[in-house]
Amino acid sequence: MDILYILWLRQIKRYLRSRARLIGSLGQPLLFLFAFGFGFGPLYAKAGGGNYMQFLAPGVICMAILFTSVFMGIEIIWDRQFGFLKETLVAPVSRMQIMLGRTLGGATVATLQGVIVFLIALLAGFRPEHWYSAALALPVMFLIALLFTAFGTGIASVMSDFHGFQLVMNFLVMPLFFLSGALFPLNDLSPALATLVRIDPLTYGVDALRGAFLDTAHLGMGLDFSVLSLITVLCLVVGSHLFSKIEV
Amino acid sequence: MAAIIRVEGITKKFHDFTAVDHVSFEVEKGEIFAFLGPNGAGKTTTIKMLTTLLHPTSGTIEINGHNPVTEQNEVRKSFGIVFQDPSVDDELMAWENMEIHGILYGVPKKLRRERIDQLLEIVELTDRRRNLLKEFSGGMKRRLEIARGLLHHPKILFLDEPTIGLDPQTRNHLWAYVEKLNKEEGITVFLTTHYMEEADRVADTIAVIDHGKIIERGTSQTLKERTKTENLEAAFLALTGHAIREEQVSGIDHLRMRHRLWHR
Ligand SMILES: Nc1ncnc2c1ncn2[C@@H]1O[C@H](COP(=O)(O)OP(=O)(O)OP(=O)(O)O)[C@@H](O)[C@H]1O
Ligand SMILES: [Mg+2]
Repeated sequence: MDILYILWLRQIKRYLRSRARLIGSLGQPLLFLFAFGFGFGPLYAKAGGGNYMQFLAPGVICMAILFTSVFMGIEIIWDRQFGFLKETLVAPVSRMQIMLGRTLGGATVATLQGVIVFLIALLAGFRPEHWYSAALALPVMFLIALLFTAFGTGIASVMSDFHGFQLVMNFLVMPLFFLSGALFPLNDLSPALATLVRIDPLTYGVDALRGAFLDTAHLGMGLDFSVLSLITVLCLVVGSHLFSKIEV
Repeated sequence: MAAIIRVEGITKKFHDFTAVDHVSFEVEKGEIFAFLGPNGAGKTTTIKMLTTLLHPTSGTIEINGHNPVTEQNEVRKSFGIVFQDPSVDDELMAWENMEIHGILYGVPKKLRRERIDQLLEIVELTDRRRNLLKEFSGGMKRRLEIARGLLHHPKILFLDEPTIGLDPQTRNHLWAYVEKLNKEEGITVFLTTHYMEEADRVADTIAVIDHGKIIERGTSQTLKERTKTENLEAAFLALTGHAIREEQVSGIDHLRMRHRLWHR
């Protein structure tokens, strides 16, 4: 327990101390929220979709969580580079615990980041359906964060340097985001796109978050939660296995 | 006396390059063992295999009766290590780095706090304990790493060039403390260094490795006798030759280089 806690705490401290990183990682979600939110808003309303900001905000919150959590996972490469990874790898502690501690820390950070974007969205005009929405949204956000931190950890465990980083961002993270329905509604998609969207785990996160905030889960909260939980467990198992195989 | 480290015919290949080539040796319990060799000889690679960070391509290792490949946790419980390369978290404070280490190694809170104070005193970092490590000089970071490595008292202590970048005062303190740990707690010490006078001072047994092979082994005295030289440095040069090693660029060096480029 001590070990999970101290590794969790390490991630939190690093995050809170690095203002630049904190602010930097908010840039993209802000841009999406304001440029897309206000840019596409009128078009979306005219097409009969209603208030685009209401629709978009949960998607952008998910995006912030996705990017931060994958990054928190991938940060192992930095630890490897600066050497701290060795310190944890030779400790008489199961690697499962190490992986779990830092993953929980990373997921907490990503959730916080999601909360910040949520607060900004409120300023931009986003209004949740009920006051208690937030209570339901928080576990959804944490689940998404956990899933993708574990995912990032797994990936970073098989990468030995930064070169793969761009590859991961462009060929995994970006598609995960764009195919998740964060920006567009899931009804009336072409069959090909619909299939891709249904394969993307983030789809279920975005959908669950819309369900939590607005009661508009397209796929249903039950399905969303089941898929998210299942894939989170899968990522944790595979991620910690890959992590345990790291040689320095 | 019984051997606490037993190495039999270990080989490590990186692709088709053989970094460690059929190395065998034993280290007795309670002994201070110096592993000497020129740059690129295979010292660090050997230590990584002994400490579960790398798996040997072939051969067997026993650390405190356990196999580092199949019984990693048992092996990890029995040693502490100061790495050759940096291994601290720059974004944490000095005491936080120590604290994490203490918790990872299960040192109880009271003892942990005591030792952290005591060790920071020894490496003269007490007044810097609340500084972030990125504000430390290279030598100060090194001192912290050493203090951290001594925080839990393991059965075996690996010190991979612990004194690189340290001033003579600190080197002196360090070796005095290591000798004390060895005497009072019977901790076995496995060290590498390029300072021959340090090895001469502290080591009970010396093994010389070159091009991945052990070429000589004995006490400082026997090495000098066998090479008919006056001091250990002359003996070392007699054994390994005067040519400077055309060092193969190691994987770590590659990483460092890329890292520098990346952060430009
Ligand atoms: N990950 C790696 N990939 C490829 N080659 C490696 C790797 N690690 C080490 N080597 C090579 O193995 C050889 C032994 O390296 P090692 O680090 O063990 O030397 P060393 O004896 O510790 O030297 P030094 O005194 O410079 O620390 C070197 O030629 C090095 O280039
Ligand atoms: Mg070395």
